[in-house]
Amino acid sequence: MPKLLEIKNLTRVFDLGAGEIAALDDVSLSLDAAKIMGVVGESGSGKSTLARIVMALDTPSSGTVHINGKNLFELSARDLRSARCDFQMIFQDPYGSLNPRHTVGRLIAEPLYLEENAPTGAQKRDRIATLLEDVGLKADDMDRFPHEFSGGQRQRIAIARALITKPKLVVADEATSALDLTVQKQILDLILDLRDEHGISVLFITHNIGVVEEICDDVAVLEHGKLVETGPTDAVLNAPSKAYTRRLMNAEPTLEHIGRKAWRAARAQ
Amino acid sequence: MKRIPLNLWLGGLISFLLVGSAILSRFWTPEDPIKMNILNRLKGPGDAGLLGADQIGRDVFSMIMAGGWTSLGIAVTATIVGGSIGTLIGVTAAAKSGAFEKVSGWVNSVLFAFPPILSAILLGALLGPGGLTSIIAIGVFMIPVFTRISRGAAMQIWSRDYIKAAKMSGKGQALITVEHILPNISAQLLVQFAIQTGLGILAEAGLSFLGMGIAPPTPSWGRMLADAQTYIGTAPHLVLAPGIAIALAVLGLNLLGDGLRDLSDPRRKQAS
Repeated sequence: MPKLLEIKNLTRVFDLGAGEIAALDDVSLSLDAAKIMGVVGESGSGKSTLARIVMALDTPSSGTVHINGKNLFELSARDLRSARCDFQMIFQDPYGSLNPRHTVGRLIAEPLYLEENAPTGAQKRDRIATLLEDVGLKADDMDRFPHEFSGGQRQRIAIARALITKPKLVVADEATSALDLTVQKQILDLILDLRDEHGISVLFITHNIGVVEEICDDVAVLEHGKLVETGPTDAVLNAPSKAYTRRLMNAEPTLEHIGRKAWRAARAQ
Repeated sequence: MKRIPLNLWLGGLISFLLVGSAILSRFWTPEDPIKMNILNRLKGPGDAGLLGADQIGRDVFSMIMAGGWTSLGIAVTATIVGGSIGTLIGVTAAAKSGAFEKVSGWVNSVLFAFPPILSAILLGALLGPGGLTSIIAIGVFMIPVFTRISRGAAMQIWSRDYIKAAKMSGKGQALITVEHILPNISAQLLVQFAIQTGLGILAEAGLSFLGMGIAPPTPSWGRMLADAQTYIGTAPHLVLAPGIAIALAVLGLNLLGDGLRDLSDPRRKQAS
């Protein structure tokens, strides 16, 4: 059986004028249906570039991405459009990812533009209502505006939008990083529930190893655009083979690391 | 309840009076603004009508009202025309980087470099004086202002994640501009519209002062000023009336623009 997501030898080079930089360097990954894979790395490791390319918002310099057996970068514009129903995205900042001028219903329904025979009228409202309840909001919320909701609720709206075309793959780019810890937990639980109910796969881009431990089946570690380590989460995190992975695990902030004592210690050095 | 800031309140009131009296002048003025009454020649305020009479005995108050319609009509039309073209160029430049953006940038710089009054005189010489000349001459100078503002505001919106979400929904640049960009920059455009209309009134007065504006006998503030120059010693009300009308109109529209800007400024919202 083919993998749901198959990334092969993906390279993306940016020309900075003064020189070239490889944001992604020969990265190969694959993801099965109904699995959650964490992609971790420091800022600048190429995580977001990977997300953009997998979502066909950017084109690779070389390499291929297959989703559901289709090579994204060989599709015609028309075929890419219908292929987009299969993959959607959740963004980091729930304040920047929802147009403040649109109602929740209109926001959630936006990806229906991809469907050839998109539902209209009552049928469309039904679909939005079901989805709102799936993500823990109320059907009546569809006529309200995003500013009436909290950060966590907004992220639920963004998740509902990502799910309306019944995608098989969802990329979550730091989808919980902007939320406080308790809300973060709720959103992670929601993602797990949705995976179990709808069988979607998630590519979870994050810098937070704790989040990976919590929900990811597999993990891929990126450093300067290169894949340094990949495998089942337990195996990688219990016995990290690379120093970089260990450093990421130790870099998780605790009060000890960011408190006044640490600051004094850093200054004394 | 949020307090309405003073500039918005005052600007709104002056603008309302300006627009109200301009519209009213189409239906009613105390006297016919183009009717001569030589017996009232140069009579001061109170002696003949509220604001006196001019050198051929026309009622100044009626002329101010009717002149307001002329000024406002030309300024608003020029701003709508120039603003629409400028906004169209601006949002297109924001959507398409590359050649279009570069060329529109150069054209803008060139337009900015020309002094408006000088170019309006040039245009007036080419087209002949009249309302249309004024509208074109003033409208052309609205284009770069609106291009710059709408491009900057649109570029900010293009970097938002909801634009990525729209792209993920298969939407093209034109549709994204209509659904996401324009609604989110409309507040800034509205503010600019008020301020530019004020400048348009000033420019219209300048043009008709120079004889490049709307043809007589249609009353216009600029020509009233020009005609009154010779009587500045004997009948100062003839200079003061249109002068104050112009100043008040520009002030009112500027205050309105500033007030609207303050109202839509998120930093102010947090403070109150």
